Amino acid sequence: MLRPVIDDDGAPFWKYAASGELRVQTCAAPACGEPRFPPRPCCPHCGSFDSEWRPTSGRGRIWSFVLPHPPLLPGYAEQAPYNAVVVELLDAPRIRLVGNVVTAPDAPLNSVDPARLRIGAGVRVVFTRDGLPRWRLERA
Amino acid sequence: MATLKDKAAIVGIGSTAFARRLPESEKTLACRAVLAALDDAGIAPAEVDGFASYTMEETDEVELAKAVGAGDVTFFSKVGYGGGGSCATVAHLAAAVATGQASVGVAWRSRKRGSGPRPWTNTTAQLPTPAQWTRPFGLLRPADEIGMLARRYMHEYGATRDHFFNVALACRNRANQNPAAMMYDRPLTREMYMTARWISEPLCLFDNCLETDGALACVIVSAERARDCRHRPVHVHSAAQGLPAQHHGMVNYWNDDPLTGPAWTAARHLWKQADFGPEDVHVAQIYDAFTPLIPLSLEGYGFCGRGEGAAFTEGGALEIGGRLPLNTAGGGLSEAYVHGFNLINEGVRQLRGTSTAQVPDARTCLVTAGEGVPTSALLLRS
Repeated sequence: MLRPVIDDDGAPFWKYAASGELRVQTCAAPACGEPRFPPRPCCPHCGSFDSEWRPTSGRGRIWSFVLPHPPLLPGYAEQAPYNAVVVELLDAPRIRLVGNVVTAPDAPLNSVDPARLRIGAGVRVVFTRDGLPRWRLERA
Repeated sequence: MATLKDKAAIVGIGSTAFARRLPESEKTLACRAVLAALDDAGIAPAEVDGFASYTMEETDEVELAKAVGAGDVTFFSKVGYGGGGSCATVAHLAAAVATGQASVGVAWRSRKRGSGPRPWTNTTAQLPTPAQWTRPFGLLRPADEIGMLARRYMHEYGATRDHFFNVALACRNRANQNPAAMMYDRPLTREMYMTARWISEPLCLFDNCLETDGALACVIVSAERARDCRHRPVHVHSAAQGLPAQHHGMVNYWNDDPLTGPAWTAARHLWKQADFGPEDVHVAQIYDAFTPLIPLSLEGYGFCGRGEGAAFTEGGALEIGGRLPLNTAGGGLSEAYVHGFNLINEGVRQLRGTSTAQVPDARTCLVTAGEGVPTSALLLRS
């Protein structure tokens, strides 16, 4: 399975994720405060290089999803077909994260019946033992 | 303001055979395509002084110029983002020729994607830091990335798999008329499509382009020079590139409106520079790495309104005799996937009147490059 290839801008995201927190980079200029994703050195709204990592509620909605089938890289092929989703954060709807919907943090990528997935479904973040954010369906 | 309008023309096209496996190297294939294009134009290799290619091209201009016997080269350019750069190569050479930086320009693409390694099998090397946000979650291949947009598009606008089938079928039908197409003798039916294996649901096998070995090239000169060449000149009427605000490459999920991709940006400039509009386009060659890119592009380039691209494909609109005949040599879905360069050469054939699926009296053609990544497009006219 692939691990994130982390760059300087993305490092804080993964550091917080490793401690079980979903935070997003947010402009720290007093008059701005816009969240942005993916992380980058400066704010596309105001140009400030000051940023902070703001906690989120960890809740979101499924924006879209796919079910990849082989040919796939080993590790992924063994769990295929699995789901990959894009989740829109409730706190910041323009922040969308790619992830997987699973039954438990370290459950296989194909642990949720695809029939339960739909666009708009509510999800809540969970974290694997090695710090990858994943998503569980909220009760309807 | 100075414009590019009709100042340069494509006067030669060339290609190798297309196959899943060709024995020759990419460099050899590139040389064959370039020499064929120059021969088609009736121009000696020693006259070539401009080259343009796009990234993921492994034959560079130094090797190519040396091998084919080009003269002193005064202009060369390499456009980023793989398949998004196909049309930009012609645009860069047209600009170079129009401004006197070169007199004979050659654009080319050589690929051994059919027999060589697929880029996604080495995701770390091929797709650096932005991939930290996608690869660990198993979003590994372009088909997965575009499949995500396709499902959202279906959800928002009621598009169905039948709409994607319309695209696949139009391309296959044209390939069945083109002996050079990889799928020449392989008709497609709705049943085959609907029962095909998934690649990344909602995309099935037939929603995906081919894996092809092959090379193509074309030759660009000034409009004045073009009058003395062997074939009817095909003028570069308008050209544009497109990299929208807050764009992020293929996974364009985190800009404000992921379903308006780079096509919208390129289209605004393309039409602003043109003497005609979408309703005057006689035939279109639209980048079809995946079927959903067609409805998205039809919207982006203004052939219909937002959300109407899927419905546009109904009633044979993309077939010969339809509202907008599409990818008349078979496109990336059914002729060959050579990062879109075959669409350029087919646009030229249509305007010369020599296509195997000729649109009667075609005088205008839209050609587009890869949608979903920073892109480019051309309006050609005879």
